Amino acid sequence: MKGWTLTFVLAAVFGLCVGPFYWLAMAATHANSDIFSWPPRFYPGDQLAANTAKLEESIGLVNVLGNTLFVAVAQTAGAIVVSLLAGYAFAKFQFAGRNLFFVLLLSTLVIPGGVTIIPIFEMMNDIGLIDSFPALILPSLSVPFGIFLMRQSLLAIPDELLDAARVDGAGELRVLWRVVIPVMRPVLAALAVFLFLGAWNDFLWPLIALRTPEMYTLPVALATLQGLARTDFGQVMVGTAISSLPMMVLFLILQKQFISGLLAGATKG
Amino acid sequence: MTLTLPRPGRMTVPRRSFVTKRNIPYLLVLPALLGFMVFKAYPILAAMYISLTTGAGAARSFVGLDNYVRLVNDPLFWTSLWNTGLILVVQVPIMLLLALLLALGLNSSLVRLRGLWRLGVFMPSLTGLVAYGVMFSVILRKDAGLLNWLLSLFGVDPIDWLGSPFWARIAIVIALTWHYTGYNAVIYLAGLQSIPKDLYEAAMVDGAGSARRFWSITVPQLRPILLLTVVLSTIGTLQLFDEPFVLTGGGPDNSTLTISLYLYQNGFRYFDFGYAAAIAYALTLIVVGFGIAQMRMQKR
Repeated sequence: MKGWTLTFVLAAVFGLCVGPFYWLAMAATHANSDIFSWPPRFYPGDQLAANTAKLEESIGLVNVLGNTLFVAVAQTAGAIVVSLLAGYAFAKFQFAGRNLFFVLLLSTLVIPGGVTIIPIFEMMNDIGLIDSFPALILPSLSVPFGIFLMRQSLLAIPDELLDAARVDGAGELRVLWRVVIPVMRPVLAALAVFLFLGAWNDFLWPLIALRTPEMYTLPVALATLQGLARTDFGQVMVGTAISSLPMMVLFLILQKQFISGLLAGATKG
Repeated sequence: MTLTLPRPGRMTVPRRSFVTKRNIPYLLVLPALLGFMVFKAYPILAAMYISLTTGAGAARSFVGLDNYVRLVNDPLFWTSLWNTGLILVVQVPIMLLLALLLALGLNSSLVRLRGLWRLGVFMPSLTGLVAYGVMFSVILRKDAGLLNWLLSLFGVDPIDWLGSPFWARIAIVIALTWHYTGYNAVIYLAGLQSIPKDLYEAAMVDGAGSARRFWSITVPQLRPILLLTVVLSTIGTLQLFDEPFVLTGGGPDNSTLTISLYLYQNGFRYFDFGYAAAIAYALTLIVVGFGIAQMRMQKR
């Protein structure tokens, strides 16, 4: 009896958490005027294609999705490489300044992002990178959290494994490629998902750094759409649903890695 | 710069190569360090300098502590500080308590379909700002909003969530709680699962009831994780930006203007970089201060 009460409460919480997503998906299939009908429509309508077409017309959905995907993949791949290399050095090598570098890199975790955003904007402006993809990608390549996660996981790999490969004559990059990366695959996958979602959802910096609508990423394009005087929510809902989709899919596929990655110390916001 | 790979089968790195055994770790950390110096260390110092100036580009001039004097005398800054503090004091305890209860429920072996509920409660924390903001701005509409419809089923009159100062703050608290409670619950859940089972068994043998077991075993064992979430949530809330930016724009009547939002407005709406940088430094001081205070309390 007690178990059923608890199950019921959790199901209700589940409904509060997932309900808005369901409603969002349903709203994406209705016309603007019907989205705000009372009672709300919790069933699918027939306007999905029309809403999508309108969205393509107003923001260039295909182009914007391409931009977002390109930036997110480039950021993720770049940050993974940088984090792995640095984490490898911190975990497996002795060198002068190691602890100092590590503490310096991690210390920036507590610095509010607001502090760096103005100088980075000026820097990008001075070298003419505003309104370009490098402006979005470059600042996010050195990720303290990624370096920390890589270091922690690499510490768990026994040195003997690496030394065996070295004795066999493998150079450091070869050891990394042939021994470390295969062992690290689950952690790398977790980090990749985190970085990808962060990049995919990134809003403030792209909002500041991009100028022309052809360069916009999906979140920026959606935000400009919402700011219009007469918002057509049908298309906004389609865009919002599309922007939530990768997150849902990745999470469903990779929930185990997700949660282990989260526990390694991700921060709020 | 290219990394030269030694040919397979050779024990030593070619002599003229840049890649010597001594250099390897430095080459490995070089990209990370470059990123750190260009996009973290330099901007942090540059912002310090900018906060002591006014104007931009060639027209920039050094004004000493003027921006900070202006900050202390700026009622809007104090409003933003007050709003941020208020949301912090109300939202973080509510959220963490809910998260703990949720984690206890999700950990109970009495519950059916635990995996499904876990999946669901974690989902909100993965949503991007825009998706979540758009969703909530529609859900919270006064007329025909989903929340008001839900309340109307219980006979509650429509509430002007985003249009009145009082309710706008509550709306931000609701949005934040929706977004982050599951995230904290999952952290607690992992903590609960790492508590050794025999502690509970021993306590049961000694005749301890469930309340006693909770206060004498669960809470002390969970303490470090509880503290971690308090610190992370505090730091996160002090930097609160996304929700008020999308939902209320800081209004109505500046009731949801947060420090970060005020910083953004000064920097990128009025292009008053010097003043924005001064706000950023004030924020840093507050965040670091809170962080240190909470860490100290943990040691005790």
